Amino acid sequence: MDALDRVVKPKTKRAKRFLEKREPKLKENTKNAMLIKGGNANLTVTEVLKDIYAVKKPFAVLYKKKNITRPFEDQTSLEFFSKKSDCSLFLFGSHNKKRPNNLIIGRMFDYHVLDMIELGIEKFVSLKDVKNSKCPEGTKPMLIFAGDMFDVNEEYRRLKSLLIDFFRGPSVPSIRLAGLEYVLHFTAVDGKIYMRSYKVLLKKSGCKIPRIELEEMGPSLDLVMRRTHLASDDLYKLSLKQPKALKPKKKKNISHDVFGTTYGRIHMQKQDLGKLQTRKMKGLKKRPAEKSAEDGGVSPKKSKSAS
Amino acid sequence: MAAVRVEEVLAAAEEQEAEKRRSVTVEKELELEFDLGNLLALDRNPPPAAGLRGAGPRREALLRALARDNTQLLVSRLWELPAERAGGAGGPLVARLPEPAFRLPREKPPPRPRPPTRWEQFARLKGIRRRKRTSLVWDEQAKEWRRRWGYRRAGGDPARAWLAEVPEGADPEEDQFARLRREKRERVARNELNRLRNLARAHRAGTAVPAAPLHPTGHQSREELSHVARVARVSTASLGRFQPRLPKESAEPPSRSGGKKQRFEPLLGNLAAERSRQLELLRDMGSKKPVLDITRAVNKQLRQEEAEAAAAKGKKQSQRGKRGRRQQRTGRSSKKSGARRQQQQQRPAGSSTGSGRRKKA
Repeated sequence: MDALDRVVKPKTKRAKRFLEKREPKLKENTKNAMLIKGGNANLTVTEVLKDIYAVKKPFAVLYKKKNITRPFEDQTSLEFFSKKSDCSLFLFGSHNKKRPNNLIIGRMFDYHVLDMIELGIEKFVSLKDVKNSKCPEGTKPMLIFAGDMFDVNEEYRRLKSLLIDFFRGPSVPSIRLAGLEYVLHFTAVDGKIYMRSYKVLLKKSGCKIPRIELEEMGPSLDLVMRRTHLASDDLYKLSLKQPKALKPKKKKNISHDVFGTTYGRIHMQKQDLGKLQTRKMKGLKKRPAEKSAEDGGVSPKKSKSAS
Repeated sequence: MAAVRVEEVLAAAEEQEAEKRRSVTVEKELELEFDLGNLLALDRNPPPAAGLRGAGPRREALLRALARDNTQLLVSRLWELPAERAGGAGGPLVARLPEPAFRLPREKPPPRPRPPTRWEQFARLKGIRRRKRTSLVWDEQAKEWRRRWGYRRAGGDPARAWLAEVPEGADPEEDQFARLRREKRERVARNELNRLRNLARAHRAGTAVPAAPLHPTGHQSREELSHVARVARVSTASLGRFQPRLPKESAEPPSRSGGKKQRFEPLLGNLAAERSRQLELLRDMGSKKPVLDITRAVNKQLRQEEAEAAAAKGKKQSQRGKRGRRQQRTGRSSKKSGARRQQQQQRPAGSSTGSGRRKKA
């Protein structure tokens, strides 16, 4: 831990780039996930980890060896892995008699565990078992959450936030409409969570919007929530804090009215209306007699009335 | 008659439109919530629990129908976004997504602004602002624009300088070239030192925030907890002086420096002790004998070195030797002799300052 904390002075440009990628930034990188096997992981759990890795490529790391740790008791080894591989999401799979086919999904904040939720796998259909065409690797999936449990229950709400974080993929400014091929659908019913992945087929409909047909593809899981380790409220709020620089700047002096007209406001300095350049009209030009009278300071009219 | 026909035609057209739209509309009790930046849709409608309870293909079919409806709604929304053709007229149709609205926690805390370096502080104080320099300088010798520094710089290559003037008041025998080289090395070393100092200051400022440890996380070490308790005690208005103590907490307040610095005695205290101390001092100053007995000090140093060598040897032997021997050796070398060594070290320091009591040799 000391070696990682000491100030490492980079000696090459490549090392400098490596360190710059890992330091805290205003706009963050896409979160990486690490998929770890526990001390006694069975075939089901291993297959699940491999499938999730296939879905999350290239933003995931799959560790091949088994690691004998218990995340709920001791988080130091997870934090060490997170620091080494710069991953802030993790999925830990294990199996024992008390908790069969166990999956712990979690995320980190500042290389410390923020939230951890333990899920049990009841049924699993893998990518290989479904003999349909698959979508290309790295497709940004559409995420749909169905069920009122995801709003009512606090733990389910955190689970929803975790799953969005996990499967979101890179944040993009625009997306190719024909490339919306993958959808992940989560349903919370009766204390169980059904995760299904479908391939989206866009069929012709009469109007511009296509008709959707779904084809079963990819991993499908039936999950049951077991233990949870959620972050305290203030730590969670601290992690949600965004730096002020990211807030979109308000454009001042622009307003819109109901009809859609845009109004702008210009602030002018005080003008000297005497020196305003108007159109030259020859008829209104001052005659030399009037001009000299004005210069004198006494106009001819006034002198007449005085006398 | 024509009017009626027109109405019929319009009604028929509307019918057709509605027919087409029917294939893409979905009826839902509650509207879904959309976050198009994340391609996310949240359906609050309770799913039909009865149908989903039975296992098997019926459940799959129901789930698939639900997913189809929800996906249709999401895709309709996405298709309504402003779209353009990327990469010219023949490129793919691309929709511009809004910013993601769903708040997700960050990976790392937002970056802290680094503290200003010593030069930056000075410049801010004096009001010195950065002047933009041109990258090229006119070289009179070569009659062209050359770089300010680097390859083919304006002043000529400094390594090929064949003349080094001897400045006034310098030693005529001194090697000027060597002096220039030495001064450059010193300048480089000083700059490097200052840069590292600035880096260390920034790093210290970055890691000195106690906010994280003060949050209860449930797995904190003993030292962290005692530090937190100490900070909490001192955070009262009277800096913790009238704070009741916990049953096992120590009575006296721990010194901030950890008891390392000197503690001076009060000025107006014990008059008798002061008088005797001053008289001793005068006696020592007046006497002809030296305060520090050289031979005694040297003997002490030699004895210390011997003891250390014996301890080191003993440790080495104990690592390979038998158990009994090891216990005997470690008993001698570790704690007791260490304390004795420390006392010996303190005593010559005490006697050299002159205020200690002298024992007869």
